[in-house]
Parts: sequence; C-alpha cells; structure tokens
Amino acid sequence: MNQRVAIVGVAQTRYQSSRDDARVFELTFEVVERLLDETGLSIWKDINAVVSSGDDYVDGKGISNDQITEVVGAQYRAEHKVAADGAFAVRYALLQVLSGHHDAVMVTAHCKESMIDQNLINNLAFDPLYQRYLGFDLVSAAALQAQRYMHKYGITPEQCAKVVVKSLKNAKNNPYAQVAQDITIEEVLRSPLLADPIRTLDCKPVSDGACALILASEQKAKRITDKPVWIKGIGSCYDAFYLGDRDLADCDSLVVAAQRAYKMAGINNPRNEIDVAEISGEFSYQELLWYEGLGLCGRGEGGKLIDQGVTKMGGELPVNPSGGLLSGCPHHVAGVARVAEVALQMRGEAGARQVPGAKTGLAHGITGPCGQLQCVIILGS
Amino acid sequence: MKREETEAFVLAQPYSAPYEHATGPVGTRFFTELRDNQKILGMKCSGCNIVYMPPRSTCPRCFAKLEEWVELGDEGTLLTYTVVRYHEPTHPTDAPFAYGIIKLDGADTGIGHLLGEVDLKNISIGMRVKAVFKEEREGNLLDIKYFKPI
Repeated sequence: MNQRVAIVGVAQTRYQSSRDDARVFELTFEVVERLLDETGLSIWKDINAVVSSGDDYVDGKGISNDQITEVVGAQYRAEHKVAADGAFAVRYALLQVLSGHHDAVMVTAHCKESMIDQNLINNLAFDPLYQRYLGFDLVSAAALQAQRYMHKYGITPEQCAKVVVKSLKNAKNNPYAQVAQDITIEEVLRSPLLADPIRTLDCKPVSDGACALILASEQKAKRITDKPVWIKGIGSCYDAFYLGDRDLADCDSLVVAAQRAYKMAGINNPRNEIDVAEISGEFSYQELLWYEGLGLCGRGEGGKLIDQGVTKMGGELPVNPSGGLLSGCPHHVAGVARVAEVALQMRGEAGARQVPGAKTGLAHGITGPCGQLQCVIILGS
Repeated sequence: MKREETEAFVLAQPYSAPYEHATGPVGTRFFTELRDNQKILGMKCSGCNIVYMPPRSTCPRCFAKLEEWVELGDEGTLLTYTVVRYHEPTHPTDAPFAYGIIKLDGADTGIGHLLGEVDLKNISIGMRVKAVFKEEREGNLLDIKYFKPI
C-alpha cells in the first residue's frame, strides 16, 4: 500500500447467548456510541463513511436500509453494506480510505443469532438446484470437512478437543467472552455428537453481539491517537462453491489469501514474524486446518502444532488469546472482532489476555460452508 | 427509588417464502434425464479435462462455456461422510441419518447426497456406493433416494 491506513479505535459488546433486551440496531448503537466517546470523534464532523456487516435473513428483514442507517449516522449520508463476514467490511473501509475520498471510515458489524435457528438460515447457503433440499447446513457441512481432514492427515479428536480447552481457558481473560471455563479434553469428547465427528463443544455457541471500529488515513490517525494500529497487508480468496469440487481436507483459498496478505506486509516467515493471531474457527478442527492454510505449519501438521503448545498463551505464537469464536461471537461480527482484538494487542491494551510485546498481528475471517471465502489482515503497531 | 424491572418483549414472526427457481437449460436437461431415464449426466470441460458433477454451464477454472455432456455411472466412491444426529425441518429424513459426498464413476468432482441401507456405525471413506432411484421421480436430486453401499 502506498498510503498508510490505521485503526484508531475499537468497541465490542460483551457476547451473550441471547440479548433479547435489545434490538440488533440498539446493539450496534451501544458500540458506536462507545467508540465515538473513546476516540472523541464526531459522527457528523469526523466520520465520512460507514460500512456495515450483517445478514438480512438473520435480521429477519428484506432490506438492509432498515434502521441500521439511523444508528451509524448515515441518514442523509452514505452507508455501504457487506453481507459477508465483517473482515470484508474492514477491507471495503480500507479501500474507501485508500481512495483518498474519505479520511475516516467507520466499520460496524451486528448479529443476533438467537433470533432464529441458524441451521434454517444457513441451509440457504446451499445451491437451491442440487443441494439445498438435501438439508445441508454449516454444521453438517463442517462435519463432512472434519471427517475428510481427520481421515487424510490422521488428526485426532483429542487434538481438536485441545482447541476447545485452549479457547475456553483463554476466554477467562476476556471480559467480552460469552463462555469461559476450565474444561478437560475428556469433557469435550463426552459432549453429545451433533454430526460425526463434531460434538456440541466443538462448535461455536449461538451468540449475540456487535463490534465497531474506525479506520483513518495516516494524517488523520496521528491527530486522533498516539497509538495508531497500521493495516500492513490484506488478502482474500474464494474456494469453489460446491463442497464436492474441493478436497475439503485442504484449505487452498486460505493459502492464497494468506500469501497475498503476507506479500503486501513483507512477511516471509509468518510463524516467526507474527506475534499474535486471532482466527475464525467456527468448529474446533477449523483452527487446526487454518493453522495449515496460514502457513504456521505444514499440511496435515495442525494437530502437531497444538500438541507442541505453540499456539497457547505463552507459546511461540499465541492464537486466539480472546478465546476466539468457540468462546462466543456471532457470524459477521466475528471478523471485525478478530481485527478489534488484534488492534487491542497492538496497542498493548488487551488486559489479562495481552501477549507481551506483540508488534505484528494477524486477523482472519471466513464466510460460507467449510471456509469457502477467506480473508487475512496483517496489523502492526 | 427502587428500579422497576420490565419484561423484555419478543415478537414472534414466522415467515415463509415459496420461491420458484428456474433450473435453466443445464439443470433442465440434467433433471429430465434423471427423471425419465434414470441417467446421471455430468458436464465436461475439455480444456481443463474435468467432468463436473453437478453439471454447470461455465467452467469455474478456465471460464469456458460448457456444452459437452457426459453420462456418468450410477456407482461411485465416498469422499467423506457424516452421521447427522440433530433434527431440523430442513432435513429430508429423520435423524440419525448419513450424508456423503460421492464421486460418481466418470466424474472428477463429488456431489453431496444421502446414504441409505447402511449401517451407520460402519461407513468409511473410500467405500463404494450405488444410486438407488425412486419409483416415482419428479425431476430433482431426490429422484435418487440415496446411495447404498455395494
């Protein structure tokens, strides 16, 4: 990038299994209000544009214009929407700043998964002609991927369970986490099977919440904060839509997305050069598979990496100090929240979950069954 | 003054939307052959030397327009599977049941479908399976009832 763009502020709600005390727009306003308070910015004078991420089907409406505009200061102004993971909203906001037309752009993401059975909504992610009426959803699709991945590379249920144990333990340090507890591998392996080999505790819980952040040009960022967090690189990539077109044991689109982001950020050896990562694993096996796609280990070595403790707090490259998606974070919000968490790490403001001295971080978002669409963002202090 | 708690109101609003999806020229031929002749057709990209199942009109790899139909076998190999143990109204059958991704003989890509007449404790990747057709077919993928082990 020939211009520098920084994250100058972030805000998250606490993630909860149900926020039936508030409408989804009111959740958004919670984080927008806090973000403006903390940065001291005026929605009218300072913020030039807004990109929001959410899903109309989950929100239970047929048009995204409904009310979100009111809580992000978009009435009589512009607001753009992303129906994919919020990491892509960050990408579009970045492009808006890089265009030179805007010097401060706000990103919001909202989702109340508790509003409707997520399997019903996610069944719509499948092709209506050939696959949808077979009843697939993100859980059964993930089970097909997990089975293939574990078969091809000999990944064990115990190694997947270690991801759950690590995530929920890390979450104890995160005041925004929904689920935080000490749990054993055995307890994970005793939880009910949903779709073999995926058990209840292998899945992210149903979650409600919102997250917002502000991106600014270098000049503006330096006026707003003495701790700007720079976006160093970004890359995204789609895999094939049909699950049967891919070898689900490999995440080729993540390999490409990561390489694009690393190249832009000048990273040659991600495992050595990245200090902390927040990645989007909706299911325990995905964290191991994404390690491989991100190049933190070789193909099929994700299980070995967690066995060696490389990605735990205090390890060589802590992954998901926040607890990640398994500790609770809704779709769409997940990617923005990963960026927000890494930004806090870069500022040294991550509290008890801070990775000491972290200077370079990685945030990751996914959309679609079995991680079809992947986005990798590199941040630096 | 004591704060009064008010109960959170929640409005239940069910919604149903009966869409009509055109199957297009490729889907129409595929479903017609499936319904009338119990034939499963794939689509070949000669440039990439790949036979796609389900068939499609554009090659996602090289962007070529595809028109070369290939008749596939009704037997294939299981690429992966799962046994579903939860219940949803979207499911075509009661849990527990099994899904598989099956690579039919003559195809290079797999198709997701149900596994039937199968011991749910004894499914394995690489297993050979065969399509079981419905007696009364309607022109959709469930004209294949399921794939059974052979």
